[in-house]
Amino acid sequence: MAATDSLQTPRRAGAGSGPPPPVTLVAVAVALAVVMLVPLGYVVSVVVDVGWGTLEPLIFRPRVGELLVNTVLLVVLGVPATVLLGVGGAWLVERTTLPARRFWAVVLVAPLAIPAFVSSYGWASAIPSIHGLSGGLLVAVLAYYPLVYLPAMAAIRGLDPALEESARSLGLGSWAVFGRVVLPQLRLAILGGGLIVALHLLAEYGAFAFIRFDTFTTAIVVQYQSTFAGPAAGALGVVLSALCLTLLVAEAAARGRARYARVGSGAVRAAVPQRLGVLTVPVLSALAALGVAAVAVPLASVVRWLSRGGGAWSQPELPQALTQTVLLAAGGALAAVLVALPLAWLTARHPGPLARLLEGTSYVAASLPAIIVALALVTVTLRVLPGLYQTAFTVVLAYVMIFLPRALVPLRSGIAQAPVALEEMARSLGHPPLVARLRVTLPLLVPSIAAGAALVGLGAANELTATLLLAPTGTRTLATQFWSQASAIDYPAAVPYALLLILLSVPAVALMFLQSRKWGAR
Amino acid sequence: MTTLSLTGVAKSFGRVPVLRDVSLTVPAGTRTAVVGASGSGKSTLLRLIAGFERPDDGSIALDETTLTAPGRFVAAHRRGIGYVAQDGALFPHLTVEQNVRFGLPRRHRDPARIREVMELASLDPALAGRYPHQLSGGQQQRVALARALAPRPEVILLDEPFSALDTGLREQTRQAVVDALEASGVTTVLVTHDHDEALSFGGQIAVIAEGRLVQSGAPSAVFDNPVSTEIAAFLGAAIVLPARAAGPGGADCALGRVAVRHDRSNGSAGARLLIRPAQLGLSPANGTHNAVVEDVRPRGSHAELLLRTAGAAPVLIPLRVPAHEGPAYRAGMQVSVSVSGGGVLYPAD
Repeated sequence: MAATDSLQTPRRAGAGSGPPPPVTLVAVAVALAVVMLVPLGYVVSVVVDVGWGTLEPLIFRPRVGELLVNTVLLVVLGVPATVLLGVGGAWLVERTTLPARRFWAVVLVAPLAIPAFVSSYGWASAIPSIHGLSGGLLVAVLAYYPLVYLPAMAAIRGLDPALEESARSLGLGSWAVFGRVVLPQLRLAILGGGLIVALHLLAEYGAFAFIRFDTFTTAIVVQYQSTFAGPAAGALGVVLSALCLTLLVAEAAARGRARYARVGSGAVRAAVPQRLGVLTVPVLSALAALGVAAVAVPLASVVRWLSRGGGAWSQPELPQALTQTVLLAAGGALAAVLVALPLAWLTARHPGPLARLLEGTSYVAASLPAIIVALALVTVTLRVLPGLYQTAFTVVLAYVMIFLPRALVPLRSGIAQAPVALEEMARSLGHPPLVARLRVTLPLLVPSIAAGAALVGLGAANELTATLLLAPTGTRTLATQFWSQASAIDYPAAVPYALLLILLSVPAVALMFLQSRKWGAR
Repeated sequence: MTTLSLTGVAKSFGRVPVLRDVSLTVPAGTRTAVVGASGSGKSTLLRLIAGFERPDDGSIALDETTLTAPGRFVAAHRRGIGYVAQDGALFPHLTVEQNVRFGLPRRHRDPARIREVMELASLDPALAGRYPHQLSGGQQQRVALARALAPRPEVILLDEPFSALDTGLREQTRQAVVDALEASGVTTVLVTHDHDEALSFGGQIAVIAEGRLVQSGAPSAVFDNPVSTEIAAFLGAAIVLPARAAGPGGADCALGRVAVRHDRSNGSAGARLLIRPAQLGLSPANGTHNAVVEDVRPRGSHAELLLRTAGAAPVLIPLRVPAHEGPAYRAGMQVSVSVSGGGVLYPAD
């Protein structure tokens, strides 16, 4: 809406950046950012404490080489595959005459509602021989391509069809239009989505452990189970963190300073869809095959075990696991929103170098895999705050560290859309600043707070690695219960947990899907 | 009813001075329009009065009460000054009625008062339950005005409230707002970049340029006798001709001898004479001529003539004539131009 845009610029450009942020806000934001840096600090301290002399033989050994090859191949082969599926799918449902486009738009996002380790369990129980790199690739690509599909769909919806029409009028055919006009404008979506997929591939534990595919993350968990948070686990963690940070830097470098936006202010018209013609049947078959592999196979396994496991629903642990999952996830959601609020406020209301630094810090911290966050918190609580070791507080803290961006992004855009001018107006009508904020800005933030909390909460409900390492003894969550039953090959007993995990994920996926469509429509 | 006075107000953003030494008095119950080009500092002036920003220097007072001065600052919510923003800034999560009563203390949420101010702002009571996005631009502005008027503020500030509206709607909304302000008798400051709006708004106009208040007074007086040719041109179409003072109360220019209405030249030898196009009378030359038609362009409702003055240093003068007179002129025709009402004499550059 044009009205909100002009409300957002009450201060003149180039003439300073408005009033300086309140000191307490800065202090709180800095303190939170420092806490978020604990996992990174842990990695650095491993190198410093243990010393290069001890680390070197632990890092430069054949086992690490093997893991490195596995992990690098997983990323190098897996990310392009997810980009191909994600971008191709988004283009098909948004810009072609594909029959039943709305149906396919939902089918393509559906795998996101099935946690990767549940999907892996589905495949492993359907084809027990599945294993190694090919198995890992199959499961991971099918589970994670929606992470490219969603941003690509949003970007395509935001494209001005006039660009494609102009290209066509300049003599380009359909494929040339896609390659020379659409694809370059999707660069940011592809890079962003690809980075998220790569970080997920590096962090995934359960899905790969099931099918006996070894990556750094699975190896660290195994190492941790035998030698606890010793130097061997630490050494693997250093390499894994280095891989993550390398990806982060590479993505930032590839992104460059490029910004693509619609030029001009005309309303976006609906695009005239590209005719698929004779390709319709092959494309439909391919989509159907994808849907079967990514959704039907895991769900069929769940249904199959469900019909066989008579007493699975009467397990005494089930209600407890559900309650504890909901409590921990709600705690994580609440805490993440509370932590994100000052950071988002600072970046939206007082933009500047400090805000950028603090925001960047939280993204770097959140890019580290859950296993590193878990190792860091185990080490710090044991050494510095033994009272916090294996407490619910530490689990919630881990959730905040892992999922903070999920709360930060919607909150920041929500605050940016609640213009200062409205608070000023409330003040001119006699309300003190705090009351103005509570009565005007807070109600406008409710949708963003709800969205952020939902995304964090549902991420936390599915979290396995950090929960396994950090939760107090006797804690059972849906994810850990599923994990312990399924890894004991008690598939029928694992089914109720798998089903509940999927049901819990559906609202979050629906939310992400609707947000992507809305974002694109802007 | 309250008099608003500003004394020596100054404000910088970083190292960029935005306002310098601005002094202005808005008498109780009157309306003042502050006019200036964009970036002249006029909106900042309004934000200082509202209490959204602190001035670096100078003081602002309502009657005897100092709102801001070195060492003193009354917060925006304690000032009793209403504010209407450019785009209304209605609270999007509240209905029209909830917006209007937002500034009323809980005990004083008299439905009669809400009806009264809505009526004052020419708002249909049926709109009370609507949300801002369900209103037209003009309705939004009138709700913003009703909201600002509801708590009976001492002063109302209007920050370019009509600029986002279409031409037809703008005129209509402006009239509704002026009527409402007139009826409530509240002291009002309007900020605008539109000179017509500023000249027709109220009893006083204040012209701001590059952060300084360069002239203020009754609109007719300021329009009649601008302090500089730049201000003259800013306030409306102006013709500035090289001139020379000649005898008592007269000046010679390309159009002949013209009476001097106001002499601002301080006796400087070379001078410039300001005339408004509306003062010019045009007739086909009858023996003597002082200009030649250079070009004639029909523009529908009127015709635009471009005249070249006769003499050693010709000057081009654009002039509008009614559409039906247009065909009487053609390029190359000699004409006689007369000036009625005299001009204002300024020193040469």
